[in-house]
Amino acid sequence: MSDKKKFTHEKIETNNFLMIILIFIVILFAGIVEIIPLYFQKNMLQPVKGLKPYKPLELIGRSIYVREGCYTCHSQMIRPFRAETLRYGHYSLAGEFVYDHPFQWGSKRTGPDLARVGKKYSNNWHQIHLTNPRDVVPESIMPAYPWLNDTSASDGSIKNKMKALKMIGVPYSEEEIQNSPDALIDKTEMDALISYLQSLGIHVR
Amino acid sequence: MHIYTDDAVKNFSIMAVFWAVVGLLVGVIISSQLIWPELNLGLPWTSFGRLRPLHTNAVIFAFGGSTLFATSYYVVQRTCQTKLFAPFLANFTFWGWQLVIVLAAITLPMGYTSGKEYAELEWPIDILIAIIWICYAIVFFGTISKRKIKHIYVANWFFGAFIIAVALLHIVNSAAIPAGFFKSYSVYAGVQDAMVQWWYGHNAVGFFLTAGFLGIMYYFVPKQANRPIYSYSLSIVHFWALIFTYMWAGPHHLHYTALPDWTQSLGMVFSLILLAPSWGGMINGVMTLSGAWDKLKTDPILRFLIVSLSFYGMSTFEGPMMSIKTVNALSHYTEWTIGHVHSGALGWVGLISMGALYCLIPKLYGQKNMYSTKLIEIHFWMATIGIVFYIAALWIAGVMEGLMWREIDPSDGTLAYTFAESVKAKTPFYIARLFGGVLYLGGMLIMFWNVIKTIQNKRLIESKIPELN
Repeated sequence: MSDKKKFTHEKIETNNFLMIILIFIVILFAGIVEIIPLYFQKNMLQPVKGLKPYKPLELIGRSIYVREGCYTCHSQMIRPFRAETLRYGHYSLAGEFVYDHPFQWGSKRTGPDLARVGKKYSNNWHQIHLTNPRDVVPESIMPAYPWLNDTSASDGSIKNKMKALKMIGVPYSEEEIQNSPDALIDKTEMDALISYLQSLGIHVR
Repeated sequence: MHIYTDDAVKNFSIMAVFWAVVGLLVGVIISSQLIWPELNLGLPWTSFGRLRPLHTNAVIFAFGGSTLFATSYYVVQRTCQTKLFAPFLANFTFWGWQLVIVLAAITLPMGYTSGKEYAELEWPIDILIAIIWICYAIVFFGTISKRKIKHIYVANWFFGAFIIAVALLHIVNSAAIPAGFFKSYSVYAGVQDAMVQWWYGHNAVGFFLTAGFLGIMYYFVPKQANRPIYSYSLSIVHFWALIFTYMWAGPHHLHYTALPDWTQSLGMVFSLILLAPSWGGMINGVMTLSGAWDKLKTDPILRFLIVSLSFYGMSTFEGPMMSIKTVNALSHYTEWTIGHVHSGALGWVGLISMGALYCLIPKLYGQKNMYSTKLIEIHFWMATIGIVFYIAALWIAGVMEGLMWREIDPSDGTLAYTFAESVKAKTPFYIARLFGGVLYLGGMLIMFWNVIKTIQNKRLIESKIPELN
């Protein structure tokens, strides 16, 4: 190659348009390779046996879980280590999360993992614990959530929530959506949150 | 007469200092809540889970974002020797960005959140962010296209990559279906949502908090040291390697999760490779000072810039180490991660921003220097000592709790500690961390005062564009 025709970085750094295009191409690869195949791997898409979309009361409970930022301190992802499965139960499987919009795996355990907290404690225990955690766990640094006992689970949003989820692939039937407000009658936000927690991770033991 | 358009630069600089104080204060409050959980005073709006996203959004997008807007608008004009393209759009990005911050400060404590880390803001605000970001790109690249100099300066490569990548990441990760005015569901579920989120989340670090701030480094370090950049070839190689490699590293946030193994391994390999281009940037910055090391003794601003590069080197070494699966098995979910993030955030992003703002603010307000150099000196030491307390406390707390969680009683094969015991053991380290955080906040308050005194002395100044012949 002659010196004249040799490609140098000067070509790029003197051309605004070329610079923009090249940056865009260079940053595009990783996302394509790492994300798209996950939509073609069967065990990433198939629900575990027995897993159903969240019932109306559980779905409201999940909204409260997201609203209160529980994910900032609690993970929902058990790793396949002996100490971890001893403490929390069977390690988590991809098929347990196929209806989770958004995922709530978390990144920090200021409190313990909750992936399999369902049916581990009684409803009564959860209510005392959420109303004031230090009544049952003296060392706890979790905030108290007493107001959940006084607020209604029914804010008129449930149908819209289920319809939105149906649009992105959660298999709710029309009938389930129409009847959903009935499930919330006389329920508090505390009831909703507890019913969500009790539904977590119960299909794999 | 040809003068630079610095309105947006001034506004963003002042607001950067203000939002730093606010963001750090929220950090101090929530770290106190981990010691005294009653500190939310029984109110929903002040509980940890709602304030923690407020803290991260305020420091990253309000303080970091305002700093990046200010410095990029300043640097792109000086290095292209031309005015900003479409100054009204630049002013729009200022007011729009401040509106986004105020909306975040209202909606996050109210519990309106999409529940994805570092992307919590709900869909109407996400749309506003996308519009502002496109305007930002138009102003920035528009200014480059009317440059008076043939070459695009290296700082602008980094600012440019930061602007393009953040647009891509934000739009893809925020894709959601609304279920009400302030409630939406991510269109991705489970494993796919996790992968998209950490592809976004890791590159919020890689582009917002790294590439953008390397842009700052490539202008302000040579400027303050009065030396050319150490190596031109190194800047080319590490630029392309950095922006390519960063994008792959996201899966290291998902080691040993239900994400497929091949994706985790890919993430780990690229995270290890990332050490090289990261250190390329650090070396290029630090070595720019070669032959002028004595300036560190007399110039506290230069000290901010160079110490920030040391923290950059340290945390970009620690990061790849933590992405090794066996190390991650211990460190993940613990305080170690929080310590790592803060050695990057307080050490690298914080200190380089402060250094750049100390350079910038007197110039913008017609002063030769900041009101008090002594106060810059005090700020430097408070910040540095604060960081050391912060990260040392969380290293110890993190490794300790990681070991406690996995300890098995050899006599009967059961777990040696309850979770509550590990929580209790961390209290002294939480107190040490709080002390470090308060020192760092105190330094920032001193800066705030120093900035107010500096701009009160202002003379009207318009900086002229040099004539080229």
